[in-house]
Amino acid sequence: MKRSKIDQATYYRGVPTAPYDLVKEISVALVVILVAVLALAFVLSSPDVPPVTIQTWAHAAPVDFMQTATAELQGDTISADYGPPYNIDADGLDQKEASTEGTSVQTWGPLAPQIWAGVHQPVEAPQAYVTIPLNLASVGRPALVAALRQYQQAPVSQEQAWLTSYSTALQHAQVNHQQVVVNGGAYGPVNVMMQSLLADARAGALDSLLMHSGKFYDVNYTEPLLFLGDGGYLPNLAAAQKLTGSQWGMMNETGRYPGQSWLWLFTLWYQIPPYNSASNADLLVVLTIGFLTTLLLLVPFIPGLRDLPRWLGLHRLVWREHYRLVKEAAPPKRE
Amino acid sequence: MSADVRPDATGPDETGHSWTGFLRRTLQRELPIEHLLPEREPAYVGSWVYIFGVVTIASLVLVVASGVVLAFFGPQWWHVSPQGHFFNSIHFWSVQMFFIFMVLHLWGQYFAQGWRDGRAVTWMVGVVIFLIAIVTAFTGYVSQSNFDAQWIAVNAKDAINATGAGAFFNVLNFGQMYGLHVMLFPILVVGLVAFHVILVRIRGVVKPPDEAAS
Repeated sequence: MKRSKIDQATYYRGVPTAPYDLVKEISVALVVILVAVLALAFVLSSPDVPPVTIQTWAHAAPVDFMQTATAELQGDTISADYGPPYNIDADGLDQKEASTEGTSVQTWGPLAPQIWAGVHQPVEAPQAYVTIPLNLASVGRPALVAALRQYQQAPVSQEQAWLTSYSTALQHAQVNHQQVVVNGGAYGPVNVMMQSLLADARAGALDSLLMHSGKFYDVNYTEPLLFLGDGGYLPNLAAAQKLTGSQWGMMNETGRYPGQSWLWLFTLWYQIPPYNSASNADLLVVLTIGFLTTLLLLVPFIPGLRDLPRWLGLHRLVWREHYRLVKEAAPPKRE
Repeated sequence: MSADVRPDATGPDETGHSWTGFLRRTLQRELPIEHLLPEREPAYVGSWVYIFGVVTIASLVLVVASGVVLAFFGPQWWHVSPQGHFFNSIHFWSVQMFFIFMVLHLWGQYFAQGWRDGRAVTWMVGVVIFLIAIVTAFTGYVSQSNFDAQWIAVNAKDAINATGAGAFFNVLNFGQMYGLHVMLFPILVVGLVAFHVILVRIRGVVKPPDEAAS
């Protein structure tokens, strides 16, 4: 880096200079951008679609809500079987298990950072989304207390049999006068539990119960957001707004507003093979972007990449006045 | 107590090899005030390509100013107040401007080979600013406490968890994302932009390609 020691006087020797008012330039730029931003803010405003609550979900799509809650109790949702950082102790999950147990753990060859990092935000779906909220809300509800007692005292195999029958029945459930009607079957206490959970959700109580941490203040929405993500309601709303991954959703915003368009290269990979069909697509995309970012960072040192601009010659267009002056000032070539 | 005790404040302000003196002499040597605030520049700096960097900084000023107002009144203010929503709109469009001009600046510097003649660190700091700005914007999107924030957080968690970073960077934790968005990341971006500009002023603007000092 010997060149870095060249002082400006030496570096610019023989280079024509001109007056330049930096402070005026930044001031004018600030005013111009301020006017443009104020105009955009005034005319186009900004998007603000209200958040989905458990309550709005339970009212708008009660069957989907009950199917999701039943699947949570079965341990059969994405969140319930996610893997680190939410559940399954990293010590108890090796890479082979991760790929065969249907978890959301992503690995690439020997690379398994998700497993290495371990569980840091424990989420036990059956308890978090169903049994704990129901227990908290069971005071003064003898039928629910009895149902919970029956469920918790039953063998696991019996619980699973009830839940399997119930989830099958929910596929044919009807909504009548705001009630979810499920045909009779061998569900044990499950129908009472789920109908109670739906009632709590519709009343808005479940929104609070899912945030119940025993502390007064809580700003961590991991559990309710994972629950919403397990259902079909939130993704359907997102698809209608063109926000899903296959819709280049990372770059989009609600309404017709621009989103994080600077993530175009990140979301591009999700649209093309082999990324779009890989079970470890997220990890592969992050690794790819990491590699490309490293190239960008090290452009000054990478032959070819650093020379490409010179070969393309776009700079001659940018500084055409400069090169014209240089050409004029150059001594005529000898014939 | 130093042995160099003088009767009053007259005489040169030099005490030998103090750390303060070393820092002052280094700054005076590397970044004289004439380089920091020059009134003349090489004639080629008159090209429009240099506007992008300045406009990026102007956009950043508006991003920070509108962000300070939004942070002052709290994360729920802009959902319930027309004035708050207007400031959110200013923040939103300033961010869009910031990224548009930052990307144009980056491409401009790529085609100018702005890293030449000892300016590689300036380029690398610029790339780091670009990356941190992306993370800053991302934490802002998931801090909006609306539908968009919910959906982005639910989706983005998988890519972050896949890297193992989800263990300490939980996009579903509003408190963590909001804290990072209004404090740590803005400080990093503003600090690195200041460093980037100082590096540019120390070295001066690189000559157009083919005209570099050899």
